[in-house]
Amino acid sequence: MTLQSKPWKWALLAAALSFATGCHHSKPLNNAGANPNETATSNLPAPTATLTADPLAIDIGQSLVLNWRTTNATSVVIDGIGPVPVNGTQTVSPSNSTIFKLTAKGDGGSTEANVLVTVRVPQPPSAADENANGSEDKTDEVTFHQNVKDVFFDYDSFDLRPDAQQAALSAARYLAAHPAIKVLIGGYCDDRGSAEYNITLGENRANAARTALISAGVPASRIRVVSYGKERQFCTEENETCWQENRRAQFNIDR
Amino acid sequence: MLRSALLKSSSKQYALALAVLCVFSSPFLRAQDTFHLEATNSTDRIRIAVADFKPQSADPATSGYKHTFDTTLFADLNAAGIFDIVSKGLIPQSAPGNQAEMNLAQWSAPPASAAMVAFGNLSANNGRLIVNGFLDDTKNTQFPQVFVKQYSEEASDDQARQIAHRFADEIIARLGGGGVGIAETKIYYVKQTGQNKEIWEMDYDGANQHALTHLGTVSMSPRISPDNSRLAFSSLGREGFQIKMFSLLLNRMITFPAAGGTNLSPAWAPSGNQIAFSSSRTGDPEIWTADANGSIARRITSFRGPDVSPVYNPKTGAQIAWVSGRTGQPQIYIMDSDGSGVTRMTDGGYATSPSWSPNGQFLAFAWDRKYGPGAPGGQDIYVMEIASKRWIQLTHDIGRCDFPSWSPDGRHIVFANTPDGKDAHMRIMTMLADGTQKRALTGSGGDMPNWSWK
Repeated sequence: MTLQSKPWKWALLAAALSFATGCHHSKPLNNAGANPNETATSNLPAPTATLTADPLAIDIGQSLVLNWRTTNATSVVIDGIGPVPVNGTQTVSPSNSTIFKLTAKGDGGSTEANVLVTVRVPQPPSAADENANGSEDKTDEVTFHQNVKDVFFDYDSFDLRPDAQQAALSAARYLAAHPAIKVLIGGYCDDRGSAEYNITLGENRANAARTALISAGVPASRIRVVSYGKERQFCTEENETCWQENRRAQFNIDR
Repeated sequence: MLRSALLKSSSKQYALALAVLCVFSSPFLRAQDTFHLEATNSTDRIRIAVADFKPQSADPATSGYKHTFDTTLFADLNAAGIFDIVSKGLIPQSAPGNQAEMNLAQWSAPPASAAMVAFGNLSANNGRLIVNGFLDDTKNTQFPQVFVKQYSEEASDDQARQIAHRFADEIIARLGGGGVGIAETKIYYVKQTGQNKEIWEMDYDGANQHALTHLGTVSMSPRISPDNSRLAFSSLGREGFQIKMFSLLLNRMITFPAAGGTNLSPAWAPSGNQIAFSSSRTGDPEIWTADANGSIARRITSFRGPDVSPVYNPKTGAQIAWVSGRTGQPQIYIMDSDGSGVTRMTDGGYATSPSWSPNGQFLAFAWDRKYGPGAPGGQDIYVMEIASKRWIQLTHDIGRCDFPSWSPDGRHIVFANTPDGKDAHMRIMTMLADGTQKRALTGSGGDMPNWSWK
């Protein structure tokens, strides 16, 4: 296209410039990140709940105090205890590590709160302990992965799906029972998209898994996070099954 | 005088033509989907003829060096994007070695019809390569010589290439209306070596490809400093990705502090005193700035979601463009270098890898639009005018494209492309900033190119 003057072309250009207020306009996009634990069923305010335990870890035979506060709730139930007042405390003496789950229901919906309580049970020494550590390490690996399962994510997302939330809770239970194990969480992405962006997305995925473990009571000092982005792939087929395989936070024993 | 005035206006015309044609890519005008923009009209380009240089010695090595010199010089002037170069089949048979041997009428007459002629002589003696290069204005029969320059270097094929690059850059400087030549510039890139990725360097035309790092891991995102002395990049270690620094003067790694979290995608401010990068040391990947030694680090974004791939406005250093996933799929934003004045530039799709043009006016980036005019299907290189947010699409149907990087003359863009979409087949390509003259610089296994500053 040349800019030699042709009057009608300039008129068209002038018209175009006056119409074109910009090559694009902002479209509102979905806001990812609704809390899957809260369901709002009406315009009334949704209930909130917090549940704490003091202390968080006891020796078997000792007791601890559960302390909870809720708002906008009409009925509150704690698993293993039963219906309780909307705010209150309760002394309990569990015989093994437990996650106490509180459910608060109100006119605006329902919500949950959890706290993991660790009960230290002394283990008798077994003959296996005197063997080389290698075989025990291997058993650790196998049972670790049976109990601490990788969590998977939707495309371009780092929000934990409900199944991933459950997996995190089971993982936390196992880690509470094996306090010496430290965890390395790897963040991964499928091979689509930009290498740099995917490293940060992988980081956010691993951190989401880390936050879930911490909320379930695992101390932050036991968890380390490394993102690989799309630089390490678990499979290479170009289909959704393989892409889903790659969109994950992977748990490993951190040695 | 008139010629240089013409050249100045032609580079203005280029910017205006680019902006004007951006209007036609607005979704309001559906008649035109895609189009090709001329960087300069062929009537505005200078018609230059490049003579084969005259060999000045009988040394048998001379002919090899001469061939390398001649082809490199021709390619450099052809690639500059501002010349209408006379094809070798149309030039006179004679190879004038100096001013006395130059017959201007032969070169200004058809079929050459050249306005400018580059010619000279070359010899290799006693391990020394000596080149005398002349540039003549054929219309100025009284005082035709624009300049003459002598080059003397250790005789080697690489030096024959480098001398040609320097002579070409000198011609471009004299005739290019104030623009810089890129014939001596370098491109830094990621080379796939099996499971690992290392940082490599090559000349702007794809010659001289060689490794810089040997870290035995995944290294990526090389960015050269404005004084061409240091290369910042990210590398995967036990603690995840960290920013590393390589000295091109010392030809080895130099220390750079590690930090918590994942640290990647460094970028240099044009002053060379500051870098920007993505860091998740506070939990969420955000854009940080620090001085060139990694000290006095400051966080300048605070958005939920990934923030990565910052790039400074190379003209002012006062703004940063970067990629943010705060609304879902990644989009391009710009802000002031202190984090204020956040403006969103793209309105949807998947947009990454911004590169800011040397004149400060345009962003080149990778975009998978999935909507709008032009029937876009995949990830392509786009150029957007920052002031108006109008854009044009530069690549079509050549596969997946990413990581565009502007040349310092603002006339070229180098980028990564994989024709079949597979990462293993990624290679580096170059093109003019209007999308024409695309060609590959590397074979498979090249990625994330970064063009040096002048």
